[in-house]
Amino acid sequence: MKVKLISRSTDEFTRERSQDLQRVFRNYDPNLRPQEKAVEYVRALNAAKLDKIFARPFIGAMDGHTDAISCMTKNPNYLKGVFSGSMDGDIRLWDIACRRTVCRFPGHQGPVKGLAASTDGRILVSCGHDCMVRLWNVPAPSILEFDDSSDDTPKPLVEYTGKYAYRGADHQWGGNLFATAGAQLDIWDHNRSQPVNSFEWGVDTVVSVRFNPGEPTLLATSGSDRSIAVYDLRMSTPVKKIIMQKVWGKLYSDRLDGVIPRVAMYTSLALSEFKLLSKVGKQQHTKTNAICWNPLEAVNFTAANEDCNCYSFDARKLSEAKCVHQDHVSAVMDIDYSPTGREFVTGSYDRTVRIFPFDGGHSREIYHTKRMQRVFCVKFSCDATYVISGSDDMNLRLWKAKASEQLGVLLPREQKKHEYHEAVKNRYKHLPEVKRIVRHRHLPKAVYKAKDLRRTMTEAERRRKERKRAHSGPSSVHEEPLRKRRIIKEIEKAEE
Amino acid sequence: MFTPDGCCFVVPVQQYTLADEHGAVLRLQFLRNHFLLASINKFGQLHYQDVTMGEMIANYRTGLGRTDVMQVNPYNGVVGLGHSSGTVTMWKPTSPNPLVKMLCHHGPLTALAFHPNGHLMATAGMERKIKLWDLRKFEVFQTLPGHAKSLDFSQKGLLAASTGSFVQVLRDSSGSQNYDWYMRHSMAKGYQIRKVSFRPYEDVLGIGHSMGWSSILIPGSGEPNFDSWVANPYETPKQRREKEVRSLLDKLPPESIMLDPKKIGTVRPPRKKDKPTQKEREEEMEAAVAAVKNKEFKKKTKGRNKPSKRAKKKQEIVEIAKRPFVEQKMKDDEELSRKKRQRISQEEAELPKSLQRFVKKKTA
Repeated sequence: MKVKLISRSTDEFTRERSQDLQRVFRNYDPNLRPQEKAVEYVRALNAAKLDKIFARPFIGAMDGHTDAISCMTKNPNYLKGVFSGSMDGDIRLWDIACRRTVCRFPGHQGPVKGLAASTDGRILVSCGHDCMVRLWNVPAPSILEFDDSSDDTPKPLVEYTGKYAYRGADHQWGGNLFATAGAQLDIWDHNRSQPVNSFEWGVDTVVSVRFNPGEPTLLATSGSDRSIAVYDLRMSTPVKKIIMQKVWGKLYSDRLDGVIPRVAMYTSLALSEFKLLSKVGKQQHTKTNAICWNPLEAVNFTAANEDCNCYSFDARKLSEAKCVHQDHVSAVMDIDYSPTGREFVTGSYDRTVRIFPFDGGHSREIYHTKRMQRVFCVKFSCDATYVISGSDDMNLRLWKAKASEQLGVLLPREQKKHEYHEAVKNRYKHLPEVKRIVRHRHLPKAVYKAKDLRRTMTEAERRRKERKRAHSGPSSVHEEPLRKRRIIKEIEKAEE
Repeated sequence: MFTPDGCCFVVPVQQYTLADEHGAVLRLQFLRNHFLLASINKFGQLHYQDVTMGEMIANYRTGLGRTDVMQVNPYNGVVGLGHSSGTVTMWKPTSPNPLVKMLCHHGPLTALAFHPNGHLMATAGMERKIKLWDLRKFEVFQTLPGHAKSLDFSQKGLLAASTGSFVQVLRDSSGSQNYDWYMRHSMAKGYQIRKVSFRPYEDVLGIGHSMGWSSILIPGSGEPNFDSWVANPYETPKQRREKEVRSLLDKLPPESIMLDPKKIGTVRPPRKKDKPTQKEREEEMEAAVAAVKNKEFKKKTKGRNKPSKRAKKKQEIVEIAKRPFVEQKMKDDEELSRKKRQRISQEEAELPKSLQRFVKKKTA
């Protein structure tokens, strides 16, 4: 009988030459790895802590503007190019890799409120309070590399004069049209001096406009009458719109600035109650400041609202929001989707930038610095790695989209390690200790207090409603979810 | 005994110990995932020391006398101790009481060993018995005759038992938890074997005896396929250094030692809300009474401030303070008696009429 014994020769288990990789043998027997779960848990905990240690999202500030930055747009054809417009009429093109201005477009007299670049990245559209729409030729990227101090300031390609101040602009995807928002919605062609189409619905100003990335003829606008409307250029009339509720709130002076008192929205009251409150209260609009379509699910868009929330809608069913994203403590000024469509960034009047998952009710990240003032515009970079914010303090700021991400070229081993850390963190994210570390964010004191106050107010409101329901007849008080509560009505144009 | 990086080892010597806190150590064990050194000393005290920081984690009195039978369960890091009373106790560093206390033999324990998968324990007693226990049910599943001064499980589940100058190896050949004799070996006469231990990843059994150290080949005892990331017999110094750092980063906290290590990361079922005990309820009532007893009364007008009236008033408040507790107690008693009546009537119904009068009237 032959008896088998373990005998190993060193040659089989070690490398032959010193240039070779070390040999690796695997055996997945659980008996060899006792207490595997505990080890994994400790690794998840360490990964969460390391994440906190490496969370340095702020890359740098880009200064140069001499007034607050009012609008931004990215060059869809060139990753490093970002245009910004400021309140004093200055438009700049930035190279975000070098973090410097490469080109300036002078001409506007008042604030520039709308900037849009064509999909091929050649034409820049700007409009502002000086009732002018200007089209600019964007210098080619190859010139930008060498052009240091641009002495030859570009002249606008064409200038069109309108009748009213413009509030926003957007360019069609892959087409020749662009839209401007003002007292009415105008659709322009590059080669025509007059708008090819104008829409008017109601009497109020259109505040923002955004073309659908999937369907080039579809666009969404928001108005100062708290409305969100969807237009189709193939029809001569708008398609539908919703009007959001007026909300009455107690006035409390915003400790963030101490100058402009903001209104904290917290409740909707009946008319009689309004009369009572009107002495101490102030009307608060649930106006939508900006809109952004989800680039991957092009039927959905998210609206940045004055009432501190963002509302995600399905354009086919506006009667109810798909999701309410709440975390900001002051008006949300701008919103932009990541090109992956999985998350979006918002900038707010409370001096913070937040990143939300597209289907999550709360933000996953908050960015702030001591020097950053009111954020008026934010953009996700076209590679979903960076976030750019423009604020009242005349600076553009560049942030990482993932706070603790390691930038630069990663070795395969590093890549593997990051993936492993991500996986264990995800696996144990529901455990209290890991959750606590992952969720913790340092907030500025003012935001922290405002958040606390808001929580108290919503809690009080909830209790009040609960008592009301308890003391009224069964099913006589109907509680609507927050997704529906703010929406008064949905209007189809055909109905009118 | 070797520490996990294999470069240093610890020997318990009576005169000199790693730290004075351990006392006169009889047996040492090392928990490699936790970097804990566990020791049992002459007075039956169990010590846990963190070897990375040198900090004493725990010091518990077993209260079961002197013993040198100690083994770590590799599956969950629980330390098993065998005592002269025939009991086996299992310990973790975060509790002063043993997790498990089981009577295994009618007489002193001589040896103890755990299977690498953690579900099997072998014990040997002075009464010429080797018992194999299923640790999932805490039940003996096989009893074999024979003395054993030392026991050890190999990676593949072979069990070596030594007594005097003989070594026997048992094997579960059928895979149905039925151990039988596999190999036996006898040393030269007069050699007293103190300790047998399998070599991991090799088919070798090391034997420590009164004249030194020998090794014999036991086919099928070691794990033939090693994992480079767990233990690599051919690792380079660089790999060893890296592994040391990595294992220190993965050092487990002492709280992760528990009987069922798979519980980590799962959701704890909600605990039943426990009612206050009789004593607690009484204390609560006394506190409530004491709070009102010393209350000062307002001075009333003449005639209404009589001592008798005040005494009466005082009594009244005490009664009022007591009332909710008394009411609660009455309610509970009623509930209890109702349940009792229900039980009796149920039991009575099950029995024939002639036996019904023997139903116990006491509550369970």
